Amino acid sequence: MEADKGILKISELVMAFGGLMALYKPDFVIRQGTITAVIGPNGAGKTTLFNVITGFLTPNEGTIHFRDQSIINLKPHEIAGLGISRTFQTVEIFENMTVLENVMLGFHTKLRSSFISSGFQLPLTRRKEKEIKSKAMDILKFIGLSGKWNEPADSLPLGEQKVLEIGRALASDPALICLDEPAAGLNETESHLASSLIMAIKEKGVTVVLVEHDMKVVMDISDEVLVLNYGQKIAYGTPEEIKNDPKVIEAYLGDDGAYA
Amino acid sequence: MMLRISKYSIFFFALIIILFPRIASNISAIEHYPDIMIFAGIYCLITIGLSLLMGYAGQISLGHGAFYGIGAYISAILTTRFGWNPWSCMVIGAVITSIVAFVVGAPSLKLKGHYLAMATLAFGVIVFIIFNEEIEWTGGPDGMTGISGLTLFGFPLNTVERYYYFVWGIVLAVFIFTVNIIQSGSGRALRAIHSSEAAAMAMGVDVSRYKIMVFTYSAALASVAGSLYAHYLNFVNPSSFDIFFSIKLLIMIALGGMHYIWGAIIGAVIITFLNYEWLHYFEELEILVYGAILLIVTIFLPQGLAGIPAIVKHWFRRTLSDGSR
Amino acid sequence: MEQISIAGQLFQYLITGITVGSIYAMVAIGFNIIYDVTDIINFAQGEFVMLGGLTMVLFHVSFQIPIIIAFILTVMGVTLIGILVDRLAIRPIRQPSVLTLIIATIAVSFVIRGAAMFFWGKNPFDLPAFSGRNPITFYGAVIQPQYFWVVGFLIVVVIVLSIFFDKTITGKAMKACADNADAARLVGINVNQMIMLSFALSAGVGAVAGIIITPISLMEYDRGAMLAVKGFGAVILGGLGSFPGAIIGGLILGIIESLVAGLISSGYKDAFALVVLLCVLFFKPSGILGNIEISKIKRF
Repeated sequence: MEADKGILKISELVMAFGGLMALYKPDFVIRQGTITAVIGPNGAGKTTLFNVITGFLTPNEGTIHFRDQSIINLKPHEIAGLGISRTFQTVEIFENMTVLENVMLGFHTKLRSSFISSGFQLPLTRRKEKEIKSKAMDILKFIGLSGKWNEPADSLPLGEQKVLEIGRALASDPALICLDEPAAGLNETESHLASSLIMAIKEKGVTVVLVEHDMKVVMDISDEVLVLNYGQKIAYGTPEEIKNDPKVIEAYLGDDGAYA
Repeated sequence: MMLRISKYSIFFFALIIILFPRIASNISAIEHYPDIMIFAGIYCLITIGLSLLMGYAGQISLGHGAFYGIGAYISAILTTRFGWNPWSCMVIGAVITSIVAFVVGAPSLKLKGHYLAMATLAFGVIVFIIFNEEIEWTGGPDGMTGISGLTLFGFPLNTVERYYYFVWGIVLAVFIFTVNIIQSGSGRALRAIHSSEAAAMAMGVDVSRYKIMVFTYSAALASVAGSLYAHYLNFVNPSSFDIFFSIKLLIMIALGGMHYIWGAIIGAVIITFLNYEWLHYFEELEILVYGAILLIVTIFLPQGLAGIPAIVKHWFRRTLSDGSR
Repeated sequence: MEQISIAGQLFQYLITGITVGSIYAMVAIGFNIIYDVTDIINFAQGEFVMLGGLTMVLFHVSFQIPIIIAFILTVMGVTLIGILVDRLAIRPIRQPSVLTLIIATIAVSFVIRGAAMFFWGKNPFDLPAFSGRNPITFYGAVIQPQYFWVVGFLIVVVIVLSIFFDKTITGKAMKACADNADAARLVGINVNQMIMLSFALSAGVGAVAGIIITPISLMEYDRGAMLAVKGFGAVILGGLGSFPGAIIGGLILGIIESLVAGLISSGYKDAFALVVLLCVLFFKPSGILGNIEISKIKRF
């Protein structure tokens, strides 16, 4: 089955900051076409894991294979070019651009732009630009922001900024998308919308990995859950299995049960 | 927000450029303005590049006076010592300056904020010292004379009017080229870098490549400006390329509004007139005035003069919507 | 004529280097005081030094005020200017991005330099040396008595600042702002006041540097820029934010410069110091003493 094929394989990964072990061999395989949630108490290494996968950090040891290709030591933009896209925990939209321009930037990997081709407005460049614009509008329709295409991105409320960031990440036509706390700071309606958006992304055939504290979102939408604590994998399985795993309960209660 | 630049405004801009000397020549008080406008045009070439570098990509440079100087000195040295054709000097100057910008820019642009500012400042000072010290080549503090003028298709650019049209023709071409960059994928990438390097990288933008590209492009423009300056004045000396000049460039784009490409033109023209005309008789106040302008703009008009229409528009909209309630 | 031995000559360069380096160290300390509290690199730091020298000339030479009183008045005056810089130029900025703050402090440096040129003109001014100008000859090196004052004042400044930051409540509060401004605000520290104080202190240290160097190298309106760049070089050499680093960085830079001036070319001494600065920035931006972790944590 196609769905059983691992799209991202991580093994023997070690990431240390000085004496602090942020990640210690959390081996796992992400299956294609699934939604995998990464959970764990604060400081468990979730965002660090994302930063390592997307090339923002270079691990001390270990391997990461994306579609059977090693992506260790690649730069973030190269990894993005291979088809891994991401969002950020602290919303990182381009506040100096319009909503549409934000999504258009997402197409950057599809654009071979240089100062020369842009400066002379070569016909190919113009055609590409038109094409990207209409595709970006399609994405805005998909995420429900087409009515605000010409507004400054920083004028949007936080919920819509997060959705916009997801839309921008989708623009590069990724095979794998990493969402860092897509529901954080959202009210119930907004987080419900975010959940259905993530489901819709899965329907498109994009593999989703997300870090999330909102357990309702996690349990509702994920196919697999990876639990980290102190940089180590303590559990991996379906939401049902995780819910009843004594090690998981202990990890959360040990952290004052803050997120249980 | 970056306003789209319409074809009409560029056409209007071209019209002003064409008509200005005709109008000025009929009014005795401003008869000599086209001469000043030649210098303004030369500075515009630098500020257009700097605006792209600082306003759009968010990378500060306090050393662009050095690139301007390298262009000027290469033109000066190659024409006077080796008798080379001025056009080839200009091209060679731009190429060499680009190489220098690449070599200096690659490590510098890894630095951020204050570090980048200081690195470019230090580079500017070093180049200035070299101009002063390498007397065998540059003539030292006294500078060099006898730099040949330009001839275009056997047509010597030896009058103010001719040189004016020549310089501003180049400015117009560079302006359109740069506007095209801004309004394309490359321009978006630069603005993305300004806003969030992390997000830009995550979206596949090769951040260091773009930074080096825009740095090199702006340096090459400064070099061409330097050559134009040298071939017009037929004389160069180091004092035109000191740190004070680099800061003046900063004042030009801050006053004009560095987030708007028009700001580069507006700022360069105003500061040039201040420099050559209005402040001419108050030399002892010069630095104070420049400092005060920069400070006032930074505090009260962070978007610069080119940002005023947007502020007015915003203010109108707010007043109107308040009134309708 | 007596032949000067090579060792004596080197010793001479070393002494001169330490003297100049002490001034760079004090400029560097000034940078660090403001940077620690505000994350701002004050490009007008050199202007405080220039103002210190010229104001001292005004009080002591023009007004004939006795040296100690003139000294105190000068330091107080420049400190006041430092406070004004914070109040009038830094605090009113509504969007304090790094770029804006750099531009603002550059603007301040121009305003101060321009005002100084208007007031004092372009000529350099001399100040009588504190203990006369009869040099001491020591192992073949000629040492001006003022050199001792310079090094002595560096030591005094360092001791006073250490006591201030380690023993007094205000000093500790400033350090707290440096570590975490938000947390400091939560425990009731008035961060704005601490920022103002950092500008005041830094201007005061600059003024002292300006006063003690003027008898050796004279002072004119446009000396600030180069002093600032060199002082920043010392900061970077020693690692941004580090006080011991500032002193060591300043001394190293001073000695390198003096050796280059003596042995290679006096015209290139400034350029050489800046090449050192660039090399450190390019290859080890955390400074020769600093560690990388700290430079990564500090937001830049």
